[in-house]
Amino acid sequence: MFPFCFEWAWDMSHIVFMGGLWYALSIIGAGMTWCILKTINDTMKADDTSHH
Amino acid sequence: MDSALIPKGVKRCPFWQFALFIGIAGIIALWGVYAMFLCWFKALNQTNMNDYYGFALWIWADLAVIALGGGAFFSGFLKYVVGKDELKNIINYAVLIGFICYSSALLILAIDIGQPLRGWFIFWHANVHSMLTEVAFCLSCYFAVLTIEYIPLILENRQIDKIPFFHNLSHNMHAIMGVFAATGAFLSFFHQGSLGGVAGVLYGRPFAYREGLFIWPWTFFLFTWSAAAYGPCFTLTLTKLIEKVTGKKLVKDNVIDLLAKISGWMILTYMVAKLIDTLYWGAVLTPQAGFRFADFYSNNAFYGQWILFLELFLGGIVPAIILTNKNMRQNSTLLTLAIILGCVGVCTNRWAMVCQVMAVPVLPFEQWQLYIPSWQEVATTILPVAYGAILIGISYRYLPVFPQERELNPIDGVASIELDDAHAEQGKLQPALA
Repeated sequence: MFPFCFEWAWDMSHIVFMGGLWYALSIIGAGMTWCILKTINDTMKADDTSHH
Repeated sequence: MDSALIPKGVKRCPFWQFALFIGIAGIIALWGVYAMFLCWFKALNQTNMNDYYGFALWIWADLAVIALGGGAFFSGFLKYVVGKDELKNIINYAVLIGFICYSSALLILAIDIGQPLRGWFIFWHANVHSMLTEVAFCLSCYFAVLTIEYIPLILENRQIDKIPFFHNLSHNMHAIMGVFAATGAFLSFFHQGSLGGVAGVLYGRPFAYREGLFIWPWTFFLFTWSAAAYGPCFTLTLTKLIEKVTGKKLVKDNVIDLLAKISGWMILTYMVAKLIDTLYWGAVLTPQAGFRFADFYSNNAFYGQWILFLELFLGGIVPAIILTNKNMRQNSTLLTLAIILGCVGVCTNRWAMVCQVMAVPVLPFEQWQLYIPSWQEVATTILPVAYGAILIGISYRYLPVFPQERELNPIDGVASIELDDAHAEQGKLQPALA
């Protein structure tokens, strides 16, 4: 549920519950994004090295 | 036939034997899948749940596998956050068991909600006053974390690892696994607790109702504590089982001993808290609610005080004594007995907090309501066991689940080949050295 949904209310329950969910998802998403970007970078670097 | 996929330096059974095992487990799983589709297409009238039993066998199985799967989050917490590095030799297996337990829990919930296509409603139309919403959030997020922890193990398969992208991805995921493990521990703390909280806030059910701290009843903390305490027992039980099946030693004794010791002290401290809780509930809360302690354990055909004895003494005090005592813990038979009793203890606790709560009469004109699950419920509850056996079988065969396996079970042929390789390397180096 996002703040633009009609059921949303700016109260403590919504902020804590949904905030907690987004916080956890953000950490998981950011962690995986970092892994994938670094992997692409590492793989491309290794390819470059092997060409020379 | 599949030797190219099997990790280097380890021996596996012939393919036909493996296929037979998967086939038998697959037939059992198919029976569960058939029952699952019956529940989805013909609705929950396929079960023996009724107005008394909105929660029944499935929810017990759900809570039990989540508690038993607690070994993953607690082992991860001990390895990555506390720094118990020896546990790296069992963490892969703990993660695999956790992955199976949590995917099973989600599968059971998908059957239990009756209409799985509306499963996403809990996220989009969340009831923010329900502990079960928090459970659903944390379960889903923690399952994502477990999947992330399981992926590097898959990527370490001999053939997959040859692809540079996957090799690098596995390496990078390992590098930040501590972040995921800490997130997993945080999520587990809350959903394990909230599952206990659900029972503890039932103020109309004196068998389960407890006081607590702020909005959290004591059952919240007891559930989290018990999952962290007993989860490693399940990891160790399945380690012993796979060692028995394969006829190999897969994890060194010092690793087993460390995890057993930590589990023992956790069970001991949990038992102190649980006994205080039970005594206070029996002596103070029960009379306040107009009941006698004996009312919860008499006048019915099933629930006697034996269940309390099984949960607290056999499943709690006995494993705590064995696992905290070094001499007893190092006796293989006693260790196996203690970890099995631990698993029985936590499952009995979850049964009491789900099914006995529903069975106890709370109004003067009510009777005990006993419940026998339908075959569809039994089949769908056995389904995760068969699924777990298949996944463990495949993972053990093709992935390096146990890092110490090669060292503990050297193969002569491989050892000599490796020795020859080493000599060849030395031979190449000798002229340069000279």
